[in-house]
Amino acid sequence: MKTILIIVQKEFKQIFRNKAMLPIIFLMPIIQILILSNAATFEVKDIRLAIIDNDKTSYSRDLISKFNASSYFIVSGESASQKQAQQSIQKGNIDAIIEIPKYFERDLIKDKTGSISVQIDAINGATAGVANGYITQIIQSFNTKIITDLQAYQPKNKNQSLKMIRFNPAFWYNQTLDYKTFMVPGIIVILVTMITFFLSGMNIVREKEIGTLEQMNVTPIKKYQFIIGKLLPFWILGIFILFFGMNIGRFLFHVPLLGNPAVILLFSSIYILVFLGMGFLISNFTETQQQAMFIAWFFVVIFILMSGLFTPIESMPVWAQKITEFNPVRYFIEVIRLVMLKGSGFYDILPQMIKITIYALIMNTLAVVSYRKTT
Amino acid sequence: MKREHSISVKNLTKKFGDFTAVDAISFTVKKGEIFGFLGANGAGKTTAMKMLIGISKPTSGEAEVAGFDVYKSTEKIKKNIGYMSQKFALYDDLTVRENAQFFGGIYGLSKKVIKERTQAFISELGIDDIADHLVGSLPLGWKQKLAFSVALLHRPQIIFLDEPTGGVDPITRRQFWEMIYKQAHQGTTIFVTTHYMDEAEYCDRVSIMVAGKIEALDSPENLRKQFAVNSMNEVFLKLARG
Amino acid sequence: MKRFIGFIKKEFFHIFRDKRSLFILFGMPIAQILLFGFAVTNEINNVKLAIYDQANDVESQKLIQNIASSSYFDVEKMLYNKEEVAATFKQGQVKAILIFEPDFAKKLTKEGVADIQVVTDATEPNTAMTITNYIAAIIKKYNDNFNKITTTPYQIQTNSRMLYNPELKSVFMFVPGVMTIILMLVSAMMTSISITREKEIGTMEILLVSPLKPLQVILGKVFPYIFLSIINAVVILLLGFFVFGMPMQGSLFLLGLESILFIISALALGILISTISETQQTAMMISLMGLLLPVILLSGFIFPIASMPKPLQWLSNIVPATWYIIIIKGIMLKGVGLLTLWKESLILLGMTLFFILLSVKKYKIRLE
Repeated sequence: MKTILIIVQKEFKQIFRNKAMLPIIFLMPIIQILILSNAATFEVKDIRLAIIDNDKTSYSRDLISKFNASSYFIVSGESASQKQAQQSIQKGNIDAIIEIPKYFERDLIKDKTGSISVQIDAINGATAGVANGYITQIIQSFNTKIITDLQAYQPKNKNQSLKMIRFNPAFWYNQTLDYKTFMVPGIIVILVTMITFFLSGMNIVREKEIGTLEQMNVTPIKKYQFIIGKLLPFWILGIFILFFGMNIGRFLFHVPLLGNPAVILLFSSIYILVFLGMGFLISNFTETQQQAMFIAWFFVVIFILMSGLFTPIESMPVWAQKITEFNPVRYFIEVIRLVMLKGSGFYDILPQMIKITIYALIMNTLAVVSYRKTT
Repeated sequence: MKREHSISVKNLTKKFGDFTAVDAISFTVKKGEIFGFLGANGAGKTTAMKMLIGISKPTSGEAEVAGFDVYKSTEKIKKNIGYMSQKFALYDDLTVRENAQFFGGIYGLSKKVIKERTQAFISELGIDDIADHLVGSLPLGWKQKLAFSVALLHRPQIIFLDEPTGGVDPITRRQFWEMIYKQAHQGTTIFVTTHYMDEAEYCDRVSIMVAGKIEALDSPENLRKQFAVNSMNEVFLKLARG
Repeated sequence: MKRFIGFIKKEFFHIFRDKRSLFILFGMPIAQILLFGFAVTNEINNVKLAIYDQANDVESQKLIQNIASSSYFDVEKMLYNKEEVAATFKQGQVKAILIFEPDFAKKLTKEGVADIQVVTDATEPNTAMTITNYIAAIIKKYNDNFNKITTTPYQIQTNSRMLYNPELKSVFMFVPGVMTIILMLVSAMMTSISITREKEIGTMEILLVSPLKPLQVILGKVFPYIFLSIINAVVILLLGFFVFGMPMQGSLFLLGLESILFIISALALGILISTISETQQTAMMISLMGLLLPVILLSGFIFPIASMPKPLQWLSNIVPATWYIIIIKGIMLKGVGLLTLWKESLILLGMTLFFILLSVKKYKIRLE
């Protein structure tokens, strides 16, 4: 125990003395959480809209004013011609074109039907889909208003009773549909993962490179003492970053914390062990920091892309979903979102907890077995 | 402990696949002796040394270091030896005192003992002014002397030095050897590999390895006589050229 | 010239001998493009639903049948009391829960109106929004079917056309993005590391005292990476074209030219980084933090720039990748030419020249 403490002490001294690494450890998380939380958003707002009004009647102006009033749209070039609008969409100056045909009002009143054409730049399929949803909603609500307005003048047809299922949507856990609520917990996970994984991976290789590892091997230190002593500082660091990130999330971005933080703490204590073990494992099989770094990056990129951080796992094809079963990042992101945003408790996240514990056991066993003091 | 031999080796062999790096070497080192372990690059001396200090498992043969078997009791060996490698082995980003604290600590010395012994070597070397400097900022000669002092902190019975004076100026080398002598007088066994033939002259006994085998083993004086030459350098050249 | 060619040969040997880096250079792009293409998608299907049917009558059953038969939704489980609603969400499997009021059918026939509540897990806002829209559409269609006899009057039809990407494929976004990342990674990060490496191990000085001119040394170091980048770009384009059905609407020649321009700007950045860093590790950190992250986050590759706060939008303007991504999307997907893209191309050209000048200047200062 005393030996472990001595190693831990030494590691901390070295961490705090390294002028190049300190900013990476402490500044990077702050900057990342600030920039990422603001940049990493699929929120669709400020859709730049060109409306071509070929009708110029009170109806068409009424519809346009609805778009103007919506916070999702920035209406530009109401009077533009179809050709001009086409060019702007090609140049990327606008995102969507709405064209109101000539005689829109006349046809609607006379023929009881009208049509509006919408063109959306759909290169980003996801945002285009959402934008289309917003546009349709506005036109629908305009439609409903017109129906009630016009029907008021119509003689009521008593024989015809309309049957109607009323649809009441409710958005739970995030009424304001704020993207940050969703992203911030995930970003915290990524930060904890990257810091613990990279630093532990590079740390031991570094001792190998400068030759001090050999010196350690001829001392009577036990294998387990060395490994624990080396990894404990990074475990503490990981917990610290988690703490730090969650507080920024709560007080700066007002992300709710509905569940019990102790559950997150318990889960992350085991989770960090997975990546410390993995970092140690990589450092056992590499000779230089650069190699270790490359391998670590390769895994981190795949882990992040397949974690459900940016895109839902259910959207993936079945084979890809199977792969995500082996992705520890996925489980932590699920857990932190469940606990923070929905207030899930220990029993709700038990399946993830069991999986991550098994993962941690396997990784660390492999790491200890593959670490040799002798050749 | 009334053991005559600090190290005794019999037919010690290490193979890497088909290649025999160390080929059935046998020798003994007496307590308090300065034992020079010579050989050209690639002759197998570092491999042999690594087996003795317990970081490389022998393929066959027997060896006892400080009374412990190199197969069964490597961890006990490690407690009783000191080691200073060719690559510099203190942490550049810790100060002299912090390095001493750390290495003393992992050998299980108490804080008080470490403090006393550290202060002792600091005053002896007369380096009070740099004891709190980062090791990385010191000149190589100083680092080497410090590494030696730190390796002695737990008072090992035997100290293994792997080319301790590589790249150091003649004056510092001289001072370094004075430190070695002093330790040997106090009863510490010194096992040292070196490239410098003038240093071989300082040893009590010298072994010369060629292609994995020990080709000569005696005191420098006897070796010179045996090969009928005037210096160890010539002995070495004769052997190395076959 | 002959000396110069010999030097370039040596650089190629270096690169091809380092198997691990070679694997990263060519394995990474392919792995990423396949992952992005197949796995990383926002498209919604097989969303898990739960249903709390308090009525359990003919009408509610019919509607449930209707929803379950849609390819978007899988009915995961039925709930039997109110407490189960929150509990189900907390386990995290189910994304939406449909709640039918008691006496659903009775109300529908007697009063003509019955209520369904659709509760979505809105932690992920876009998914929640899309699910709500889909269910709304299904219910609307169902309502329309009900009232077939009476055509709803005053109906405004919306004809939406999705330009350039009618099937809303995510891969159309990601192919240009991954291409940009890879070009940046190979050109800037690899060059900066390889030049710093020569500095670190001391061989840079030997090269500089040789009869090679300093400019030749740098060009020689950089040339193999131009070559590798072009190969990578071609591989990515071929994958996009044949595996994912990316269109190639515009001029391939123009795309090539713009790509080379971007590669050169990235190389200049790489040289710039190598002049300010002393160790490979520093070079790597600066490349990752200063180049790769901005490319991923701020270039509009994954996240729409328009949704970011203003300061980040300004910042995105000084990232060369932002402009390059606009250009490749324009050429490949919209089929536009220089006539439309002259502004973006000029900005990219300007940035490239600026980086070249700056790195040459920095490099000279180091030599003196």
